[in-house]
Amino acid sequence: MGLEQFKNRNVGQQNYVMLDLEHTPQTGMGKFRQVVRRTFKAELFVGLWVTMREMINALFRGQMHTVKYPLEKLPISPRYRAIHEMLRLLESGHYRCIGCGLCEKICISNCITMDTRYDENQRKEVSEYTINFGRCIFCGYCAEVCPELAIVHGPRYETASEQRASFSLFEDMLTPIDKLNLQQEYDGFGAVTPNADENIKKTPLAY
Amino acid sequence: MEVVTYTNVETFVQHLPEVTAVGVWIKALIILAVISAIAGFGTFIERKVLAFMQRRLGPMHVGPYGLLQLIADGIKLFTKEDIVPQNANRLIFMVAPIITAATAFIALAAVPVFPDFTIPQWVPVLGGTFVPSIAADLNIGILFVLGMMAAGLYGPLLAGMAQANKWGIIGAARTAVQFLSYEVVTGLSILAPIMLVGSLSFVDFNNYQQGGIADWIIWKQPVAFILFLIAGFAETNRTPFDLLEHEAEVVSGYATEYSGMRWGMFFIGEYANMITISIIAAVVFLGGYSEEGIGWLTIILKVGFFFFLMLWIRAAWPHVRPDQLMWLCWKVLMPIAVINVVVTGIVMMV
Repeated sequence: MGLEQFKNRNVGQQNYVMLDLEHTPQTGMGKFRQVVRRTFKAELFVGLWVTMREMINALFRGQMHTVKYPLEKLPISPRYRAIHEMLRLLESGHYRCIGCGLCEKICISNCITMDTRYDENQRKEVSEYTINFGRCIFCGYCAEVCPELAIVHGPRYETASEQRASFSLFEDMLTPIDKLNLQQEYDGFGAVTPNADENIKKTPLAY
Repeated sequence: MEVVTYTNVETFVQHLPEVTAVGVWIKALIILAVISAIAGFGTFIERKVLAFMQRRLGPMHVGPYGLLQLIADGIKLFTKEDIVPQNANRLIFMVAPIITAATAFIALAAVPVFPDFTIPQWVPVLGGTFVPSIAADLNIGILFVLGMMAAGLYGPLLAGMAQANKWGIIGAARTAVQFLSYEVVTGLSILAPIMLVGSLSFVDFNNYQQGGIADWIIWKQPVAFILFLIAGFAETNRTPFDLLEHEAEVVSGYATEYSGMRWGMFFIGEYANMITISIIAAVVFLGGYSEEGIGWLTIILKVGFFFFLMLWIRAAWPHVRPDQLMWLCWKVLMPIAVINVVVTGIVMMV
């Protein structure tokens, strides 16, 4: 395989159109002819048609761009790292966290605080678990390091709060037990968006 | 509609026994109320149409489909502080918006708006009053309307010069430039239809074109129609010629220092002028209204089309520079208008 195909930079899908830039007329007659030609070329009506076409597209063909944001939301990428969620085991409904403490260790902004103890069956249970979202930088290390896929990032990105430091408790992040069937697995860091195939295209700098 | 006008007219009736004067009063109040409402509604329509043409939704949150946005805007305009800048000429600054709004409505006095009707007999005091379609049926209606709209340009001119603001000064200068340029074209373009009809009255224009679509003056005077439309856009300072207050260049031009209802009066005046120009274009060139059947609906459709055309063009076209406006008016449109008048005269003579 030679380097030739990598040296061809014109690999984009676009159709480039060369503009037909005419020279500025110098003589009076040339200027007059230019005015007459431009006047009767009816290019202004092309502009009118374009706006009318867009209006028809928007009103009758469902191409309205507006998203009424608080009422409607655009889908976000599965890689998005927003407020954490604590997942449950689907079979038993028990929370997945085994209290290993890896997330607390790896947290580079020291915002995760957890405490564990042994319950009556000598199993570890989480007695206290908080994340300080005033400090959290949403790096995602906690979700990456979790061996049980217990702590993940959810899609809830509206994090405005009245206080600079706002904490989340374990119970707040835990999937509600009655919504267990709606619990979504986190696709993780390598996840691609559902429409990723459409977005793939060669770049001009493919080499 | 007439129910609203009791308190104003009741005292008036005793002094003026002549019935037609009461009718004219009622008509004036109807015009004032309805046209201001339509002018306000026009701002909503404009925002919606521009939004659709840019594939947006426009105002949506106040009321169903944003219909009550008007009320929200009105409350805002009425309750805003009325600021007069420190170095401004106080009197002229405060009077200027009134000139724009008042002349716009005075011009409507000689324009046929809404059908004539007689108030039914069971209505107390006013029963049997005949309300004409034109408040003042002048025999020089066109001259009066064009003159009144031209006088309206004193509003922006004085406002711009009185407010001690450089953007206002530029806006005022542009007003003078635009005023001098297009007024010639307006007069000359409408001269040819006047020669054809032989009258300056809107009613005569209307009667001249009663024979159906084939009788419309637009077929005999297409050049005059286009010239009048161009000049009309300049007269109402709509987009291809909105030099007076183009935000990208002169902040807000003559309206830079205005706030609250004084600014709102400029706005109402502009929209009333748009309606007036639409009515003139519909009556003079597109056959106007007819008395029988659904004739009144057709003129509303025609006026609506011209109003929509103004919004449509605002969405589509960029605006011109002041020097381009002068070049266009003096070097292109005025010669064409003069040639049109001469050719019309020759055709009529032969």
